[in-house]
Amino acid sequence: MFNVEVVSPEAVSYTGEADMVIARTVEGGDIAFQPGHVPFIGSLAVWSVEVVKPDGSRDVFAVHRGFVQVHGNQVTILSDVSEAASDIDVARAQTALDNAEAALASDAVGSEAEAAKARAELRLSVSNLA
Amino acid sequence: MPGGKERELRRRISSVQSTKKITRAMELIAATRVVKAMQRADAARPYARRITSVIENLAASGAEVDHPLLREAADVKRVGFIVMAGDRGLAGAYNTNPIRAAERQIMGHQSEGRDYSLFAVGKKAIAYYKFRHYRVDHSYMGFTDNPAYEDARRIADDVAAAFVAGEIDQVELIYTEFVSMGTQRVSVRRFLPLEDTQVMAEIGSGSAAAISSFEFEPSPEAVLESLLPRYVEARLYGALLDCAASEHANRQRAMKSATDNAEELITKLSREMNAARQAAITTEIMEIVGGAEALGAEVPIDDLTAALAAGAPAVPGDSYAAAAFASTAPTDPHLITET
Repeated sequence: MFNVEVVSPEAVSYTGEADMVIARTVEGGDIAFQPGHVPFIGSLAVWSVEVVKPDGSRDVFAVHRGFVQVHGNQVTILSDVSEAASDIDVARAQTALDNAEAALASDAVGSEAEAAKARAELRLSVSNLA
Repeated sequence: MPGGKERELRRRISSVQSTKKITRAMELIAATRVVKAMQRADAARPYARRITSVIENLAASGAEVDHPLLREAADVKRVGFIVMAGDRGLAGAYNTNPIRAAERQIMGHQSEGRDYSLFAVGKKAIAYYKFRHYRVDHSYMGFTDNPAYEDARRIADDVAAAFVAGEIDQVELIYTEFVSMGTQRVSVRRFLPLEDTQVMAEIGSGSAAAISSFEFEPSPEAVLESLLPRYVEARLYGALLDCAASEHANRQRAMKSATDNAEELITKLSREMNAARQAAITTEIMEIVGGAEALGAEVPIDDLTAALAAGAPAVPGDSYAAAAFASTAPTDPHLITET
């Protein structure tokens, strides 16, 4: 079994036990950690992190950027912007997505809008997963 | 005019009393805030520690990158100073200490022919340097007593951008370190370029070499590259939180001594006022007796005390005057007539 910690600069926002942790790293694609995984450090993509608990239920987080460190039976997610699926305001994310798409449609350049769109999409998909 | 001094003193006492109420309230507020600020500083520690531990592991794996934040300038021409003070005063020497320390640093570097660039945090720091015609390149305010990570990121972005662009070749961080409730000290530290990852690892815990080989994705270099800016932010955030706790602790102390001083002043003024009132009452009695004497009538003591009871306020001190008068009046009538 794993110990999972989600640590933000302000506090340790989540601790729990898990059988498996699924994340997506930059360039590397999806990766699932199970107990006994080789020590690992990776940069996380703007994607979800799923924590599969021993009873089979899942906790899902939207992680907008951060790192994962696996060492022994300890999984640490370091992220300055992470949200638990239950904390996501779907309506707000939907509006943000619409706004971002509108901004992209009216103006071809805009990495800001693209990033906003990616964030909104991630929030929506994470809240669907949960 | 009898009573004038007394009224004057009474007014001063009530003004000191209302000041005391304010300082006392500020003391209590600061006391609760300092506890909260300490808790926040504690809550932020795991992140900083873990970031450092990731760097340790990276260093142990032998990842070497030529990251701009690590690059040491051969010739330092311009030094950046991040000066952290508060937005509000009434906190003892909390604001002036780091501001003065930074000023000394700036002068030192100037005497060696280096230019400076100021990143002033807190209204007090900004005002101080602007008033003295220092060039304040970046100023931040409005969050010093309760900083958010976002604030640290804003500062870190500006500092890192200026450093990477080569506008500044070195960055010093001047802030107030929170050691304990009783001790806070100004700390001047080199902030950029960052120490070598090996050095960082040693500062962290020194156990880097013992940790087994890690797998990295995408690569050690890429991880380190995205990690360093976060490390810079986390360090700044930690400093901001230390500052907030220090500010509240300093304010609490300053307000406590202000309250104590007010109390002392009130005691002193009350004594003075009582003496003045006493003098006024004695004078009044003298006048009454003098007047009666001039009319040629023998004033019985009973009448006098009755007159006193009616005319003078019933305060313990006053009865002493009456008693004193009663004891002197019959034995020495000349004293009375002469006055």
